[in-house]
Amino acid sequence: MKTKILNSFDEAVADVFDGAVIAFSTFGPASQAMNLWEALYKKDVKDLTLVGNMVMPIREGGILPTYGPTDCVLQPGKVKKIITGFTTGVYTRDGKETRNEEFETALKNIEVVPTTFGSICTRLEAAACGYGGILTPVGVGTFLEEQCEKFVIDGKEYLLEKPLVPDFGFVKAWKADKLGNLVYYRGQRLHNPLVARASRVTIAEVLEIVEPGEIDPDHVHTPHIYVDRVVKVPKGGMGSFEWNEVLKVISYGPGGFRRRLLEPVSGGMSKNE
Amino acid sequence: MEKYQAEKLTSETIAMRIAKEFKDGDYVNLGRGIPGLVANFVPSGVDIYWHGENGILGYGTAYTLDEWEEIDLCVHNSSIQYVREKPGMAMFDFVEAFNMLRGHHIDAGVLGGFQVSERGDLANWASEYPVPPWGIGIGGAFELVVGPKRCIVAITHLDKNRKSKIVRELTMPLTGAPQYVDLIVTDLAVIEVKGPKGKKEGLVLREVAPGWTAEEVQALTDAKLKIASDLKTYEL
Repeated sequence: MKTKILNSFDEAVADVFDGAVIAFSTFGPASQAMNLWEALYKKDVKDLTLVGNMVMPIREGGILPTYGPTDCVLQPGKVKKIITGFTTGVYTRDGKETRNEEFETALKNIEVVPTTFGSICTRLEAAACGYGGILTPVGVGTFLEEQCEKFVIDGKEYLLEKPLVPDFGFVKAWKADKLGNLVYYRGQRLHNPLVARASRVTIAEVLEIVEPGEIDPDHVHTPHIYVDRVVKVPKGGMGSFEWNEVLKVISYGPGGFRRRLLEPVSGGMSKNE
Repeated sequence: MEKYQAEKLTSETIAMRIAKEFKDGDYVNLGRGIPGLVANFVPSGVDIYWHGENGILGYGTAYTLDEWEEIDLCVHNSSIQYVREKPGMAMFDFVEAFNMLRGHHIDAGVLGGFQVSERGDLANWASEYPVPPWGIGIGGAFELVVGPKRCIVAITHLDKNRKSKIVRELTMPLTGAPQYVDLIVTDLAVIEVKGPKGKKEGLVLREVAPGWTAEEVQALTDAKLKIASDLKTYEL
């Protein structure tokens, strides 16, 4: 049987080429394929295009080593273009936004295309399904008109969101069976199923690998047809449940660097939404 | 202006007023800032199912700092507040969450903002366009404006420079699509944006904060307000 299970993250990203388009999920630490990002960080490759909901200036783990799209953004020449809906720093470390300056300097040399979370969904969905595009009223009259063609259907204006096909999709999941069927735990799901469906080559880092049949067919979130490579995160490794517990203490325990996220939301100017 | 400083309502009061807009069984998405407070003021006996565009529906209350040990880092709302799981809660992927918004399945979206125009245009994602590459703060805001059946904006009446946030024309970039805001709740007033979505007709002042007159509110508002014949005091 052809196996999709690989032994190392380095091997899993070995064929990522110069100029490749990479799709991913970020929204807090749960859904981010950190080990794949670490492998990509170590790999010598340039001019990548990153497609994902957020590329944030602050690392997820505080003093814990973590990897995400931002680490590659900070490597000169590695990233050529970013398509994203969020780049502003809303998190602080030790009371200050420590990486902002470095991040801003790096972004000056990268083409950053602002978009909406929904637009990324729609463009990846169109890619996943082989559609020529999807028409949506969201963004009519806004800056998105510079990126999308406008159509009038039954008297109503719509923008055409064209398919965006990633060369590689970085996915994080809880369990995989040896065929590549995936199950996510809670907020791990996020962008991951869509990234898996849309990408030419989908690479999944998972916390557990089981035999085919051990995942009930009714419980499969991402059917294995969408998954090309699976690598297991070692016990206690980045993004594992054990690692999350350590991150929790560092972030929210006494003196934790993220404690203010739990404080009641203060009024006044809200940055977005 | 001094009166505004001294007698404006609190963010909690704005949130309390917005909570009155919902009915039992509504599906509601709360954005960052003041909207996030609304969850604290739903009357008992009324079930509201909170939607987070990260892929969560029907989540429970947020953990406080004292309860940090109980947090599951994989369970949070769209403002990344860690929340309790509630019986019946559902989790799904991002695209499903956005389809719920775009497909008008959500009864109301509550957003913060920088400016709202008298035609119900909202600006809340950037103060200028083009934006610097590190200043993109769109998130799910565009879909939150256009998708839900009702779009409610929760803002302070004046910004930090004491300028009216309710303006004749936006000077900041538009969020979502034109003329989608249905109700504006501020620390001075409740203002309806009259007319169907996309064909808004103007602002009607429905309620004023205790101790304020319609004329005083208009004086602090750049946009023109039509005063409702049955103008009321802010109802809590």
